Amino acid sequence: MPEGQRPKPQPTPETQHFWDGTKSGELRLQRCNSCSKVYFPPRPFCPSCASRAVGVFAASGKGRLYSYVIHHRPVPGFTPPYAIAVVELDEGPRMMTNIVDCPQTPEALVLDMPVEVAFEKLDDDITLPLFRPSKS
Amino acid sequence: MPGKRNDVAIVGAAETTELGRIPSLSQIGLHADAALNAMRDAGLGPKDIDGIATAGETPTTIAHYLGITPKWVDGTAVGGCSFMIHVRHAAAAIEAGLCKTVLITHGESGRSGVARSRPAVSPGSLQGQFELPYGPMGPPTLFTIPVLRYMKTYGITEEQLATVAVVQREWAAKNPRATFRDPITVDDVLNSRMIAYPFRLLMCCLVTDGGGALILVSADRAKDFPQKPVYLLGTGESVETPMVSQMEDFTSSRAFRVAGPTAFAEAGIKHGDVDHLMIYDAFAHLPIYGLEDLGFCGKGEAAAFIGERNTAPGTGKLPLNTNGGGLSYMHSGMYGMYALQESVRQMRGVAPAQVPGARISVCHGVGGMFAASGTVIMTNEQGV
Repeated sequence: MPEGQRPKPQPTPETQHFWDGTKSGELRLQRCNSCSKVYFPPRPFCPSCASRAVGVFAASGKGRLYSYVIHHRPVPGFTPPYAIAVVELDEGPRMMTNIVDCPQTPEALVLDMPVEVAFEKLDDDITLPLFRPSKS
Repeated sequence: MPGKRNDVAIVGAAETTELGRIPSLSQIGLHADAALNAMRDAGLGPKDIDGIATAGETPTTIAHYLGITPKWVDGTAVGGCSFMIHVRHAAAAIEAGLCKTVLITHGESGRSGVARSRPAVSPGSLQGQFELPYGPMGPPTLFTIPVLRYMKTYGITEEQLATVAVVQREWAAKNPRATFRDPITVDDVLNSRMIAYPFRLLMCCLVTDGGGALILVSADRAKDFPQKPVYLLGTGESVETPMVSQMEDFTSSRAFRVAGPTAFAEAGIKHGDVDHLMIYDAFAHLPIYGLEDLGFCGKGEAAAFIGERNTAPGTGKLPLNTNGGGLSYMHSGMYGMYALQESVRQMRGVAPAQVPGARISVCHGVGGMFAASGTVIMTNEQGV
């Protein structure tokens, strides 16, 4: 078991819907009702056209491994070496994450491999969206 | 408009008396040591300074500590390129008549940590919510994240990344003040300790103590000072995102692509006019991104350009990071000031690894993890 705990996010009023989503098993993104832009991270307006008419929807939770590093030094809550990754979601946005159920090696972590969300409960308030190689 | 050519000049420039490990000075002490050296370089005292810009500390702190009463202040703090942006802002302020003599200071106790200021990231910030929970630990794990995507897109190898560090060590060998001066090979780099794959220790910058300061005045006063004036030809600035995961393009920096061309357009020069180039190198990929985003190389071509020794001592037609860079010269945390100092030395003709006959120097900085950028183009000829 790694020592310490990973940093815990603190939801804000503008991001609460995202963290409510992960807690209930949904990866929630936002879409602009005016220009159809899908975006992340959460905010109550569209970063493309500034419209406040935006909605929240449940994303597919599928994407591909876009880039990463494999960190070799100790960090509270992690056992090195571990990958800090960015996935590109099928809906377009990219997000930072960790890749689980996969050796943390360059050989196993192949860019563009399909990944799917795997929710990791930290406590009663926060569930993190991690990703694993797609089973399908 | 800022950067009307040759209207503003750098007439004072100096680094701290020592570089490297300076446990005898706190962070404001490093600012002050560099500022005092720059004022001496320009033959000025604190009563002569009426504008101040700094990052890492507030302008209030530095003005008070040095005994300066400014009527223009700039605390733009967007990381290591803040000082390039200060130069741009100072030029605009001097041209607008807001002040006459601007002091820009940097000091950072990056190694010894004596009263170092480090802004904390709130767990409720976007980085705190959407990056920090995944285990990044500072620049070695964040600045490097886009690079595997770049390497896959353009077929770049780890050996090519390592070559950046090898060539810069060749420049460092010519600089008595460089921290690391012994030659290294590609194998040395690839056998050094793994930090964050694909980045090994020798692909990462140093962590040292130091500082630097600049003094700017209008060009019509420049010849009244003891040093050879260095004129500003053009400048540029931009920011993109505080989250490296949200960069628009992992193979290119939008901030670079705004700041660089803005400076080139203001200067009215072409790439072939550039005699000397500094690209802020916190990590080995930065010169690659910089060469491409500034337009010196086509996309995906910069690693081969460096590998073919176009930026190396001796044969290189585009001398790059001639002090040895953040990889070998020094890196306190916000390295941009040291890149500016090397450009000034080259334009004064006094650099340890002097580029013979250099007339135009481009100095390009990055802030945060591709979060910000500033570019300064200098010349030693009035009326270029």
